[in-house]
Amino acid sequence: MTNDQDRFLAGGATEDAVGLRRTADEELLPQLVAHLREHRTKLRHDWAFRITDAGLLRAMTPQEMAAETTSVYDNYVEVLETGSVEALQRYAKNLSERIIPRGVETHEVLGIVLLLRDVLARSLFEKYQVDFSLLNRVLDAYEPAANRIANTVAVSFVEERERVIRQQQDSIRELSTPVLPVRERLLILPIIGVLDSERARQLTEQLLTGIRTHRAKVVVIDITGVPDVDEAVADHLVRTVDASRLMGASVIITGLSPLIAQTLVTIGVDLSKMDTIGDLQGGLEEAERLLGYIVGREGGVSGP
Amino acid sequence: MTSGPKLVSILRQGSYLIASIHTALDDTQMVRFREDLVEQIGQHRSRGVIIDVAALDVLDSFGALTLRTIAEMARLRGALTVIVGIQPDVAFAMVSLGMATGDVTTLLDLEEGLAFLDSRTRWASAGTARRPTPA
Repeated sequence: MTNDQDRFLAGGATEDAVGLRRTADEELLPQLVAHLREHRTKLRHDWAFRITDAGLLRAMTPQEMAAETTSVYDNYVEVLETGSVEALQRYAKNLSERIIPRGVETHEVLGIVLLLRDVLARSLFEKYQVDFSLLNRVLDAYEPAANRIANTVAVSFVEERERVIRQQQDSIRELSTPVLPVRERLLILPIIGVLDSERARQLTEQLLTGIRTHRAKVVVIDITGVPDVDEAVADHLVRTVDASRLMGASVIITGLSPLIAQTLVTIGVDLSKMDTIGDLQGGLEEAERLLGYIVGREGGVSGP
Repeated sequence: MTSGPKLVSILRQGSYLIASIHTALDDTQMVRFREDLVEQIGQHRSRGVIIDVAALDVLDSFGALTLRTIAEMARLRGALTVIVGIQPDVAFAMVSLGMATGDVTTLLDLEEGLAFLDSRTRWASAGTARRPTPA
């Protein structure tokens, strides 16, 4: 707000208020900070109450919440005082690291920061309500800083979330498709998690080179852990099976969930050449039969 | 295949012929290879043919078709054909481009091919009812 507007708004104010107004704008923030420090306990309680009231942060215990709200409050006031968001950024990142695994959502984090902003604004209203023009200037000083804080916290939280997601994607990719030799010339590929086209491509590559290195004759691909496949991936799977056959290995697919079976039939993938067996156990038994193993318990009933 | 470095070697191993393709062949060379091989099947009275493509990192559709034709011609001349040593990349490319090898048996490597032909021809000559497991 410019000085002209100030003068206009302050037109009918008392001498005292004019005197107060003359205190430079940059002195308003320290004043404000002092006020927030003074009423720290009460404001923090108000805030914590409103958080509980709004049903946010249910994942945290009351003690944790008290500890976190205290440090968020202190950081908040510090940013208002210094105007530097770097410390807050670090704190927000650190906080996000701790609370993301607990299942705290973005709207909750943003919600509590906005609640704090409202609680503090309301307390400022109460203190300065007698002098409208001063209140206006206090809010002018307060609002941009408060908005910047909300912005910083939200951005830090989302960035941290994205970092966690990226990291998890990387680790999924790393351990995604192990090719395990179980017997001579028999490989198992357990697939866990969603098969996207990138993973399907990787799977093909690992399977085909695995067949070569282990001289596999039978491969069991277990997709019990795959929640769903789309048309492209199903098609890719069929091609992989065909390519394995060209390399002299037969492929048995096990653990098709009812949902996947339905999907495959609905989208009309040609599965007539695919050898599928209900579960991994059945698949292994069939594979052993193909390889000529006769497996039975010692002295048991099975066997020739 | 009389001049220049040999692109394909056709060796006799007992009652089998082992044809190794050393490098990618163009269409003419492929046809020439087919004629040589089918000729030799008759000469050596071979019962089985193994075509080893382990050295190939590409196989075009004409190549795949020719291999299929060879297998069919060999069958008519009384020999069973297997293709061995298809590389992973080649295998996937063939499938992606829709080049099938038809009914021809494909196996991992030469050793597998020999074992397969042994089991098949022994089965044929012994006349027992035991069917080998399908590959």
